[in-house]
Amino acid sequence: MRTISASQITDTVARLCVQANTELPPDVAAALAAFQDREPWPLARQTLGLLRDNLSLAREKNLPICQDTGMACVFVELGQDVHIEGGFEEAIHEGVRRGYGEGYLRKSIVGDPLRRVNTEDNTPAAITLRLVPGDGLTITVAPKGFGSENMSRLGMLKPADGVEGVKRFVVETVRLAGPNPCPPTVLGIGIGGSFDKVAGLAKHALLRPLDQPHPDPFYAALERELLEEINGLGIGPQGFGGRTTCLGLAIEAAPTHVAGLPVAVNVSCHVTRRATAQL
Amino acid sequence: MQYKLTTPVTAEDLAPLQAGDTVLLSGTVYTARDAAHKRMMELLDAGKPLPFPVEGSALYYVGPTPERPGEVIGSAGPTTSGRMDAYSPRLLDLGQAIMIGKGARNQAVKEAVVRNGAVYLAALGGAGALMAASVEELEIICWEDLGCEAVRRLQVKDFPLTVILDAHGGDLYESGPAAYLAARA
Repeated sequence: MRTISASQITDTVARLCVQANTELPPDVAAALAAFQDREPWPLARQTLGLLRDNLSLAREKNLPICQDTGMACVFVELGQDVHIEGGFEEAIHEGVRRGYGEGYLRKSIVGDPLRRVNTEDNTPAAITLRLVPGDGLTITVAPKGFGSENMSRLGMLKPADGVEGVKRFVVETVRLAGPNPCPPTVLGIGIGGSFDKVAGLAKHALLRPLDQPHPDPFYAALERELLEEINGLGIGPQGFGGRTTCLGLAIEAAPTHVAGLPVAVNVSCHVTRRATAQL
Repeated sequence: MQYKLTTPVTAEDLAPLQAGDTVLLSGTVYTARDAAHKRMMELLDAGKPLPFPVEGSALYYVGPTPERPGEVIGSAGPTTSGRMDAYSPRLLDLGQAIMIGKGARNQAVKEAVVRNGAVYLAALGGAGALMAASVEELEIICWEDLGCEAVRRLQVKDFPLTVILDAHGGDLYESGPAAYLAARA
């Protein structure tokens, strides 16, 4: 049994909130550069260049990459041999409170969806906890902007719809989103599970680095096919037209019911943020 | 084409602009998002004046991050404009000339743009640090309780924008992708 204090968790979450919002993960930055090199349409190429300039400027001026510093989605993998001294969830909320305050990040959370009063400190965090073997603790902060979140979709397809049905649903989601989610996008795709589970799969898929294909060759091939089809839609960076509509996508699949084929697409933008630390 | 414009603008200033052109905008720009738009509608319903001179004005749909001490503004890219569709035609009919945001607009907004000789310009979505670099002054003019949604008066210099909806019915979100696909075919 290993003991980790709540204050260690708070410090880590606070640091990750700031880091995630000012530095793009290397795989996402590399994808932007690679797509710019291969972009044949001049306006699109120029636009991708400006998005990359923004990354350097954010670093230089210590500014958030995007003003929507997001809902703080916090993913925790907790070793089952860890004892946490102090309140676990409150430690995370306190980390978000501190990170968003000290980091001059925007507070974008309302405490109730209909009465809509801002909580003023970006809490609560959206916490996803997984219990894993061992005595480690891994925390990922993935701030999620809502320009892209609002374009996400979930469908309860029929088993007969099959792979083609899933592809149609994903491509239709991107087409319907058009310029709204700040393309080029990143997509997290969940397939299978149940109504609630599939949305969680899609969100979790956004954590996988863009240069890592699915370990199962069947799904890796599906990821490649989908990316190619989406980048043939012509939407382009910012929706101004061009090849680069999507920088990358990741699928997570799970067992499901004989009668169902749930699919969820969590749309994210070219500022797909995540920062991870191990305690 | 690239145009340099300074606010306030007239319909004559905007007439040459076509979807796909770029604009470097200077002068005063007011910020407003969902909550501020809602309050502006309440003012108009009550027969009261808007908190800024609307004729020829530019409204930027943005909720910046808090500025660090000594800095003018935080990160300040556009928010999704479609959430303002319910309010924009009324403001355009009152004289607002430029809308700045990102993302698609509905038919009623497109018609109001043409009817009034206005334009809808896109700022670079997700490029908050880049957009902030053109802002020289910031002052909150009302509804401070709305936090990042309070109405701010910005002074901008060569604010880099792209024409999405022009006064003649052009829409870059349709013509841009279509031109790319036609060239590729």
